[in-house]
Amino acid sequence: MDKNKEWLFEITPKNNLFDLNIKEVWRYRDLLFLFVKRDVVTLYKQTILGPLWYLIQPLFTSIVFTLVFNKIANISTGGIPPFLFNLAGVTSWNYFRDCLTGTSDTFKQNQSIFGKVYFPRIIMPMSVVVSNLLKFGIQFGIFICFYIYFVISGSIIKPNIYLITYPIVLVCMAMLGLGLGMIISSMVTKYRDLSFLVSFGVQLLMYVSLVSLPYSLFEKNNLTWAVDYNPVAHIIEYSRFVMLGEGTVSQFGIIYTLLFSVFVFLFGILVFNKTEKSFIDTI
Amino acid sequence: MKKEIILKVENISKQYRLGTLGTGTISHDLNRWWAQIRGKEDPYLKVGETNDRSKKGESEYVWALKDINFEVERGEVLGIIGKNGAGKSTLLKILSKVTGPSTGSIKSRGRIASLLEVGTGFHPEMTGRENIFLNGAILGMTKKEINAKIDEIIEFSGCERYIDTPTKRYSSGMTVRLAFAVAAFLEPDILVVDEVLAVGDAEFQKKAIGKMQDISNTDGRTVLFVSHNMSAVKSLCTRGVVLNSGKVVFTGNVGKAIEYYLKNNKVPQFYVAERSSKTNKFNKIYLTDEMSNNIDTPIQRKQKVFLNFEVNANDISGLRFGTTLFSNMNEPIISFPFSEKENFNELILNYHLKIQLPTSILKGGDYFVEAALWKVGQIYDQSDEYISFNVIGDSTQELSGEGIKGVVINNEEWIVKDI
Repeated sequence: MDKNKEWLFEITPKNNLFDLNIKEVWRYRDLLFLFVKRDVVTLYKQTILGPLWYLIQPLFTSIVFTLVFNKIANISTGGIPPFLFNLAGVTSWNYFRDCLTGTSDTFKQNQSIFGKVYFPRIIMPMSVVVSNLLKFGIQFGIFICFYIYFVISGSIIKPNIYLITYPIVLVCMAMLGLGLGMIISSMVTKYRDLSFLVSFGVQLLMYVSLVSLPYSLFEKNNLTWAVDYNPVAHIIEYSRFVMLGEGTVSQFGIIYTLLFSVFVFLFGILVFNKTEKSFIDTI
Repeated sequence: MKKEIILKVENISKQYRLGTLGTGTISHDLNRWWAQIRGKEDPYLKVGETNDRSKKGESEYVWALKDINFEVERGEVLGIIGKNGAGKSTLLKILSKVTGPSTGSIKSRGRIASLLEVGTGFHPEMTGRENIFLNGAILGMTKKEINAKIDEIIEFSGCERYIDTPTKRYSSGMTVRLAFAVAAFLEPDILVVDEVLAVGDAEFQKKAIGKMQDISNTDGRTVLFVSHNMSAVKSLCTRGVVLNSGKVVFTGNVGKAIEYYLKNNKVPQFYVAERSSKTNKFNKIYLTDEMSNNIDTPIQRKQKVFLNFEVNANDISGLRFGTTLFSNMNEPIISFPFSEKENFNELILNYHLKIQLPTSILKGGDYFVEAALWKVGQIYDQSDEYISFNVIGDSTQELSGEGIKGVVINNEEWIVKDI
C-alpha cells in the first residue's frame, strides 16, 4: 500500500531549470505582503522627516540636474520645462534603480533568514519590487503635482494617448531590474566582485539612460550607438514621450526593450533557481 | 498493522569544500562545468574524506554526510543524536530545504516545517504582534491561519502587556518566548526541531517540552528532534538515530540509541591542547589528588580530587573563566564561577587554576567538564567535551539502588537519637 501512495514531494540534488513553482509562491503570498509591510514600516523609523525622504531625493536630484545640464551646459529640452523633464526621467529611473540595487544583494543580505527557514526565495526580491512600487507611487504623485502646476502656469505639455501603456513600461522596468538583480545576487554569492560593479555601474548607466539628457542630443552628436542598445534608455525616453509628448520613440526600441526585459527576467529566474538550492554553502 | 512511512531518507550525502573561496575556486568551477558539458559526473564528488574535525586531512573536500538512510513513520518522534560535527545540523538543513544534498533524495508525504532557530526574521522595530505575523508567515503559515490563532499565541507567550511594543524593547527572554509561541502553533505534518529549547528559563523550557509532547501525542504529528540534551531526547522521543562523522551508526529504540551514543563517545581524562595561536587558551586540563599526582578514574565518592587547568593568557583585560560539571545526560550539575577576588590580574603568561571537586555530593556515574575562557562579546577557547571521569557510588547509593532522586546526593549526616 505504501508503494502505491504518491510522495508529496521529493528533495533531490538537482533542480529542473524552470522549476519556478508558481503554486508554492502563491501559497506564500501573505509573506510577500508582510515583507513589503516590514520594508515600508521600518525604513524611516527614527528619522525626523520620515517618508518625506521619498520626495526630497527626486526633487533635489532634479533641481541639481536642471542647474548643471540645462542652465550651465545649456542643453535644450524642447518645449518642456527642464525641471519637469528631469523629474520625469528621475522618477522612472529611480524605480528601475531601486529594483536593481534592492534585489542585487538578496542572498547576501538575507542569509541569516535563508539559512534557517525555507520559503520560495523569489518572494524576497519580489517583495523589494512591490515595496519600491509604493515608493514610486508617492514620487509619481509629486510629479503629477508639478505637472499640474506647470500646465496652469502656461507651459505647453501634451501627454498623448499612449499614456495608457505606462503600466507596461512599469512592468518592463520591474522585470529588467528584478531580472538583473537576481542574476547579480546569484553570482555575488560566490564571487563578491560583482557587488562593487553594481554600486558604480548603476551610476554610470544613468548617464547613458537618457535620465537628464534627451535622445536628440545624442543624435546631434552622432552618439546614438551609446544609447540604442540600452533598454533602460528606451524605457525612460518612452515614458517621457507618453507623459510630456516629447521624445524620440522607435519601433525597434520598443520591440527590442520588450524582448530584452522578458529575456533578462526569465534568465534571472533560471539563474536564481539554480543558486537558491545551495547558495548557503558558498556565501 | 503496518504504519505508514511519512519520510524516507535515501543515500543522502553532502560534500563541503574546506578553506576559503577565492581565485582558486574558479578553476574548480570551470572543471566542473567542463565535465558537465561532456556529460560526465562532477569530478570533485569522487574525492572527499570522512569528516573528522580533529584530524588533519588530505583533501579539500569532506563529506559532512555520507549515505544516510532512515525512515520515519507517521506520528513518530525521532531523536537525532551525535557529538558536535557529526552532521546533525547539516542533516537538518537538508531536511528543511535550506540547502540541497550532494547526492541522494528525501521523499516526504507531508509538509515539513523546520525550527532551526526561533524568531527568524524578527524585526526589532516592529511590534510583537507584527512580528508574530511576519515570523508565522516565514514559517509557512498563512495570514488566515495566524489570525485564527493569534490570541492563543499571545497567551502562550505570556507577553500580552508588551504585544504592541516594538520587540527591541523586549528582554531577550521575552523575545524567545514570543518566538517559540509562534512556532508552537505551527501545524505541519512533520516538524523538524533543532536545539532551540536550550534557550529560555527553566519554567519556559518545561512549557516548550510539554508543547512538543502535545504535538506528537495528541495531534499525532511527526517530530524530528535534534539535541545534545539526552534527558530531553529520552523524555520526548520514541526512536533514535545516532550519527557519527556523517554516518548513521545506530538506529533503534531511543534508550538503546542513547546508551550506544554514550558508550561510544567517551572522552579522555587528560587534555593537552593542540598547538594553536589562540590569544587565551587552555593548555592542559587534568585531575590530581591532594599530593598533586595525576589520578585515573574511576574515582571514589568522598575521595579528595582536584580539577586542574593550565591556562595560557596573552590578553588578560576583561578575561573571564568558568567551568561547569555535566552529567552524562548533558545536564549541568555544578558551576565553579570565579568570585570577585579571583582574577587574571597579574602580568604572567601561564596560570595554573585548581579547585577541589565536591565529590561527596556526586552520585555514581559519568561526568564531564565543560570550560571556557571568554570576555564579554568574545570567546577565546571553549569546549563542551574536554575531560570526563567516572564516580563510583558508595554503599549508601548501592543500597538504595538506582532509585536515588535528585541530581546530587546529600553529604550531611543524619542525627538519629532516642527520645
